Amino acid sequence: MKALDFLLRTRGRQRLHWTDVMSYAYLMVGLFVMFAPVLWLVVSSFKTESAIGQFPPTFLPYSQKTVAVEGHAKPLPLYKATLDDGSQRLMAQASRMGIMATMVDPANPQDTVRINIRQREPVNELKFAWSNYTDLFGKFTFGVYLWNSVFITVVATLLTLLINSMAAFALSKYRFKGQKPVFLLIIATLMIPPTIILVPVFLVINEVGLLNNLWGVILPAIATPTGVFLLRQYMLTIPDELIEAARMDHASEWRIYWRIVLPLSAPALAVLAIFSVMWRWNDFLLPLIVLSQSQHFTLQLALNSFQGELNTQWHYLLAMTVITLLPVTLVFAFLQRYITTGIASAGVK
Amino acid sequence: MRFLAFFFDLLEPIFRLGQKWLGLSRLGWLFVAPNLLVISVFTFLPILINIVYATTGGVNLFPFQRPFTGAENFQILFECTNYLDLSTCRKDVFWRAIANTLKFSGLQVGLMVLLSLVTALVLNRKIMGRGFWRGVFFYPVLLSPVVVALIWKWLLQNQGVFNASLVAMNMPPIEWLTDAGWAFFWAVFVSIWAHMGFYTLILLAGLQAIPNDLYEAAEMDRASPWRTLTRITLPLLMPNLIVVLVLAAIRAVQVFDEVFVLTGGGPGSATTFIVQFIYQTGFAEQIHLYGLAAAASLALAAFLVVLTLAQLRLTRASEAGQKGR
Repeated sequence: MKALDFLLRTRGRQRLHWTDVMSYAYLMVGLFVMFAPVLWLVVSSFKTESAIGQFPPTFLPYSQKTVAVEGHAKPLPLYKATLDDGSQRLMAQASRMGIMATMVDPANPQDTVRINIRQREPVNELKFAWSNYTDLFGKFTFGVYLWNSVFITVVATLLTLLINSMAAFALSKYRFKGQKPVFLLIIATLMIPPTIILVPVFLVINEVGLLNNLWGVILPAIATPTGVFLLRQYMLTIPDELIEAARMDHASEWRIYWRIVLPLSAPALAVLAIFSVMWRWNDFLLPLIVLSQSQHFTLQLALNSFQGELNTQWHYLLAMTVITLLPVTLVFAFLQRYITTGIASAGVK
Repeated sequence: MRFLAFFFDLLEPIFRLGQKWLGLSRLGWLFVAPNLLVISVFTFLPILINIVYATTGGVNLFPFQRPFTGAENFQILFECTNYLDLSTCRKDVFWRAIANTLKFSGLQVGLMVLLSLVTALVLNRKIMGRGFWRGVFFYPVLLSPVVVALIWKWLLQNQGVFNASLVAMNMPPIEWLTDAGWAFFWAVFVSIWAHMGFYTLILLAGLQAIPNDLYEAAEMDRASPWRTLTRITLPLLMPNLIVVLVLAAIRAVQVFDEVFVLTGGGPGSATTFIVQFIYQTGFAEQIHLYGLAAAASLALAAFLVVLTLAQLRLTRASEAGQKGR
């Protein structure tokens, strides 16, 4: 029974009880399991191609030092060589045949020795391979993928906010015949997961001519029942008297909606905006079937196709993954409180 | 901002006209119209078409050019010469996908809800920096499935950090993702890693809604921690637990993207789940068998409806129980 203590006590005592220690230990393990993989990925993304191939891997991005030696076109790798007489010298490797390596003194290129490769140890230095990141923009059409993702996310979020707040406004501030069925109909779509209507959605998108078009990913996703629900609940708390007063002043209904109700709903709109950005930025299945040509790929699709094609190019893949998770991480770091309380209160996602 | 205002003003005449025609209260229809239009075209219409697909055959994408075949697609899916031996089924991948999905859901949901419960109980204690710790467990929820899969793929690859640790401990490296048993294990593990924060959060919200005087009263009565858990915390948390359980089950049954990127469904079909079967039959394979894919989605939909109804039933029952208390 004592073992359960650490889970159950809700009121702290003055001194640190052993159950508190257990709790913190549990949380530390959690911290490690949740963050270490991401950290490992981020640090690895700075490794050079050769450092990535190294086994066993080092935590920090070490790679072998090279020196320019007169008479050699390329910089030579630097080693700590143990000579036959037992002395140690810093030497560059000029060539290697089997187990024998020819080493030269970087300062004096005429001075060469042949030693067994077991007698040399590479000299490593901390080296961040920024080129993993910069190359992405030069060598690949990475900028296009980034743009596609940003375009989809921004446009879809704006449209999501617009049409869902319009619906929420109607469902909270008007009384019309069929209002209840409409609300139920919208909420009912929560029960229909996109995976189930995959095939016909593909057909519809094809029929309206949006296949391989960014709009084909944007339009199907903008009417979200969670959005309508969230905004409606919020708008119900806006007093009707405000709207009545505006009507007295001959404001049109549209003006009431966008000049009065919309600004007042800003907190709810912000929560929905955060979620919409996350959903669209991270979307995978819909883009996967709608966008099949690589010039229309989003970051997620590009990552997926890269990991198949460029099996050996982990250094680029890792850099690309880091860029993809960066915006989400930043948004989370700054808006953590709103996201977690937003989800806890609405049960969204 | 100016541009936005201009855009919004542009729409005003439409609503003035609408009000003239419809009257004030029915103007609501004009406001819900865009939403309804999108939902009709991209959700309700597809549901109808899905039924057409499932009952027609051939490889034509256009529903009206497909020959009606009745229940044939379902027959193909469910036909087995011996139901005890799934390899005798005509579509044995379908059955293996179902078996995998059930096994996956059972393991993943059970473990994840248990872990979420423990985490929520710990987070509900008086600890320093609760917001931070809550964030720690929640962060992976926000990552995209592809990123989640790639993070773990990088750790689990042959030259990865897991194998390096094994070698450091003088053990032989393991092919984590190409060994059927390990691949399945990692599919379960990675999906728990990615999603448990969400359920932890819901349970934590439930725990914080439990009035504190109940615990004070229990302490007065010198109730053991175990008794407090089983008599106060768990019963009062039951509605949240049920929501979490069913929500997790509904999601687990639809598992696709993380595992698809992590293992590609392999080795063999060890981690092929039902949604991947639908995706492959309908899109990825040479001949696109839309009818078969649609039939499989309807089978999945039927299962999800059962789960949802179970949720409604259980929530109602537990709410009634709460009131009766």
